[in-house]
Amino acid sequence: MIDQIFGVWNYWIVFILMMIGLYIVISKKSLLKKIVGLAIFQTSVFLLYITFGKIAGGTAPILTDNLNEIYSNPLPHVLILTAIVVGVATTALGLALTVRINKAYGTINEDEISASDLVEYHEKYLEDKK
Amino acid sequence: MMPFIIKNLPILIVITPLMFSLIVAVLNNNRLAWTFSTFASFLTMIFTILLCFEVSYKSNISYYLGNWPPPLGIEYVIDRISIIPIMIVSVIGLIATLFAHNFFTLEIDEKLVSKTYSLWLLTIAGLIGLITTADAFNLFVFLEISSLSAVALVALGSKVDRKALVAGYNYLILGAVGATFYVIGVGLLYGVTGTLNMGDLAQKIPALGLNKSVIVAFTFMMLGIMVKAAVFPLHIWLPNAYAYAPSPVSVLLAATSTKVSIYIIVRISYTIFGSSYEIYSFESLRYILLYLAILAMFAGTIMAIFEKDVKKLLAHSSVAQIGYIVLGISLATSTGIASSFIHLINHALIKAGLFMSIVAMGYYTLKRIDVKTIAGLGRQLPITFFSFVICALSLAGLPLTVGFISKLYLIKAAYISEGIWLPFLILVSSALSLIYIWKLIEGLWYNEKSLKIEKIKELPEIYLPLLVIAFLNIYFGVDASLIIDNSFIASDALMSGIK
Repeated sequence: MIDQIFGVWNYWIVFILMMIGLYIVISKKSLLKKIVGLAIFQTSVFLLYITFGKIAGGTAPILTDNLNEIYSNPLPHVLILTAIVVGVATTALGLALTVRINKAYGTINEDEISASDLVEYHEKYLEDKK
Repeated sequence: MMPFIIKNLPILIVITPLMFSLIVAVLNNNRLAWTFSTFASFLTMIFTILLCFEVSYKSNISYYLGNWPPPLGIEYVIDRISIIPIMIVSVIGLIATLFAHNFFTLEIDEKLVSKTYSLWLLTIAGLIGLITTADAFNLFVFLEISSLSAVALVALGSKVDRKALVAGYNYLILGAVGATFYVIGVGLLYGVTGTLNMGDLAQKIPALGLNKSVIVAFTFMMLGIMVKAAVFPLHIWLPNAYAYAPSPVSVLLAATSTKVSIYIIVRISYTIFGSSYEIYSFESLRYILLYLAILAMFAGTIMAIFEKDVKKLLAHSSVAQIGYIVLGISLATSTGIASSFIHLINHALIKAGLFMSIVAMGYYTLKRIDVKTIAGLGRQLPITFFSFVICALSLAGLPLTVGFISKLYLIKAAYISEGIWLPFLILVSSALSLIYIWKLIEGLWYNEKSLKIEKIKELPEIYLPLLVIAFLNIYFGVDASLIIDNSFIASDALMSGIK
């Protein structure tokens, strides 16, 4: 029982972070918080990859005098470097859009944005009727 | 020089738009930026045509990036299957770039136009890269290159309508969640097989049998790509993104981006999981995608019937058409896949033509095109209207247009594997689509007021690309052998790989 929880500790953290991130993306109304949630969600995936690659007691894959040295698989780390860059680009673009939305609507709350769109739609409708 | 180009064609089609996007980004002159982008997409098109000839007698070109052999290095594969979406992207890319200039100068801040072309070329590069790569993780990188630049392009529509920002934001969030799902799947697969190369994965997966990690990986990968492909009910981002994007962006995205994602669904189901097809792909296709596709056919069509904004209407109809394409794939027969490849090509032609003629009308009248403002426009803009009618009838599937060919093969494939009920549903949804098509044509042509209004002068740089698309719609409707033959070759190649 203890082994099931602490033996795969990293995977539990990945799982918890993933759920927190996804929950924030789905449930929060603030556009800014959604981006934070997305970043947490992506980070959990980074951790998942790195956990695959890590071997307990293994070192970095550098050639040493000891040929029997245990080393970790470097590929997941490299993949995650790429994924981190992609994640940064996503966050940056999301934040830039949030700034622009704030300028255009005066709010970053999802409900207020749709309400403001609805008001605009009705005003246009009334204008057309005249 | 020539052998060097021939040898490196698979990478050249990706690198050309990518490098030109960097050049274009630093240009200050908008006209020059457009000329460079046109040149880049023209070059890509030339390379693609050369590649077509190469593939037609080699049938499978494998390119090692940096001469690192797979599974260690990244491999690009061009075969009879991937050449079809590459051709779609480069042809539509060229036509849309030729078409784009007037719209970008009108709809986007003058300072941003050259940057827009940079994003535009980046999107094309990302889409072509997605198709060519045979490395599961490299695919994710291209997925993000194409979708992030597409998001930025969609959001650039904010000068005309601020809703474009929200549409872009939603596209970004959903797209990023989808792409991250895909990465989780790839990570799990890498964890159990230790490889990322698609061919290598296909060899190693059967040895694992019915493995829990592989099931989860398959589910995550499929779900992630289904978001990108806008398969019902994961299509929420699509109507607004297409409707509020700058006009040329709607054309490019509607004609290419979802098609490429559908191609990736095919690759995942039939190439990566093709070797253990019976265990993973078959059930997901036959029991999930098939019914989602049927729902998409009806949901998209019904939403389109009640929609007033014409660009949004076309986007809803795209959802329905994606349903048809996915239906063909999910039948999991050679004829089914061939029919969906046929519809993949035809729908790209149809939707590009429809979006181009509608946004051209918006350009001439400087109004947002909805069901009321189009009244009588057909008489004012005869050439644009003519192309619109051809593409619209093609969408409905009238004989002598490409739409008819794809419906014919789809119905045949559906009848062979499911009996009479599925062709019946396809016909019903096609008939329903006539309602919104007729609503548009009627609005454009029959209007009493319009008889007094003078004709608007149509610009050749707008109607020439449009006429090319309309001509292709008719040409492939009369003589579809090129499309049909290649689609069947592709589907046979896919089906021969599965076990």
